[in-house]
Amino acid sequence: MTVVNDSDTPEQLEAFQARIDAGETIEPKDWMPAQYRKQLVRMISQHAHSEIVGMLPEGNWLTRAPSLRRKKILLAKIQDEGGHGLYLYCAAETLGVDRTELIDQLHAGKAKYSQIFNYPSLNWADIGVIGWLVDGAAIVNQTMLAKTSYGPYSRAMIRICKEENFHKKQGYELLAQMMEGTKDQQAMVQDAVNRWWWPSLMMFGPSDKDSPNSKVLLKWKVKRKTNDELRQRFINMTVPQANAIGVKLPDPDLQFDEKTKNWNFGEINWDEFWAVVKGHGPCNVERLEARRAAHDEGRWVREAAEAYAEKHSGIKKAA
Amino acid sequence: MSTNGSSQGPLWEVFTQEKSGAPHEHAGSVHAPDAELALQNARDVYSRRNEACSIWVVPSEFITATAPADQDAFFDPSNDKIYRFPQHYSTPRGVKDL
Ligand SMILES: [Fe+2]
Ligand SMILES: [Fe+2]
Repeated sequence: MTVVNDSDTPEQLEAFQARIDAGETIEPKDWMPAQYRKQLVRMISQHAHSEIVGMLPEGNWLTRAPSLRRKKILLAKIQDEGGHGLYLYCAAETLGVDRTELIDQLHAGKAKYSQIFNYPSLNWADIGVIGWLVDGAAIVNQTMLAKTSYGPYSRAMIRICKEENFHKKQGYELLAQMMEGTKDQQAMVQDAVNRWWWPSLMMFGPSDKDSPNSKVLLKWKVKRKTNDELRQRFINMTVPQANAIGVKLPDPDLQFDEKTKNWNFGEINWDEFWAVVKGHGPCNVERLEARRAAHDEGRWVREAAEAYAEKHSGIKKAA
Repeated sequence: MSTNGSSQGPLWEVFTQEKSGAPHEHAGSVHAPDAELALQNARDVYSRRNEACSIWVVPSEFITATAPADQDAFFDPSNDKIYRFPQHYSTPRGVKDL
């Protein structure tokens, strides 16, 4: 990837890098390299899409939550994810793109979102595992992004991070309770962990050596840590949590390294990762269909609100 | 800012006040067809956990902002007036409560 864009002069790029190196925050109306803008639009829109597509696997269990308390918690969590999508679409719009266009691209199957949401949520314990592992992995990534150099993205992340801890904790509590339950309940938790563990590790993206955007993103402080660093951090914090509730992580190579203080782990199946990213995961088609249906079925609400606003403004003018 | 030519409505900037007596601070923005819905959307998006006791919404197009390029010149008038700060003044030794 070339960093220098035709319209960006070396002087401009240098001055920009100096601002970044001085730890300054870049705001929407500041000059920025065309590639910086482009990379941010890509990242923020993918992130926004992930939040709203991420509502779907959990929505699957809303009507089957085992208690009113769990139902209210799940509803609140899903509403948060919708809110996260909105913060992020707003942040993307500060870069001069149109949210409608971004959503159209998603619905046309032309935009990416996190590969994790193309896996099915098959049993109730999946809801706990999503909170613990999927939100847990997202928190590691988002905590890093809260320090990103682009102001609106950073502010959206700070807001999101504040809300994410509830997501992770409710999931972990759910699992801890099930692990104290019947054999069947424990087996459900183990089954869910077996299915979600590896896809959760893939959420951090390809290994650094296969991540073409990483270098320039680090240079511009859009990202502050590499995919592999974040993945390791997540594994290190998660292993003791798994042990605490007596669930096994499905990796025979998981081993603590006394020297590095890291948990070494087995080989990630990157073929699976790329297949899911390219649309061949278990639920890619279903997710997009559900998204499109939600958008279409909400059309009358948007139209009614618009008609009301129009009528109302007419009355105001006449008065 | 534009209405984006779709039914999501124009963009509104949202300012929230955390508690009475505190200033209203910019929280973010929402799309809405009118002010009433902008307030409701702002509540749902920016105050799901009592983050606000009061909300203002303003159509984004009505906000005028300083331009980053002119920032230095624009704020220059206050740069060289250190006599506006109390630290600029010396006080005879021993004088208290000044
Ligand atoms: Fe989220
Ligand atoms: Fe979350």
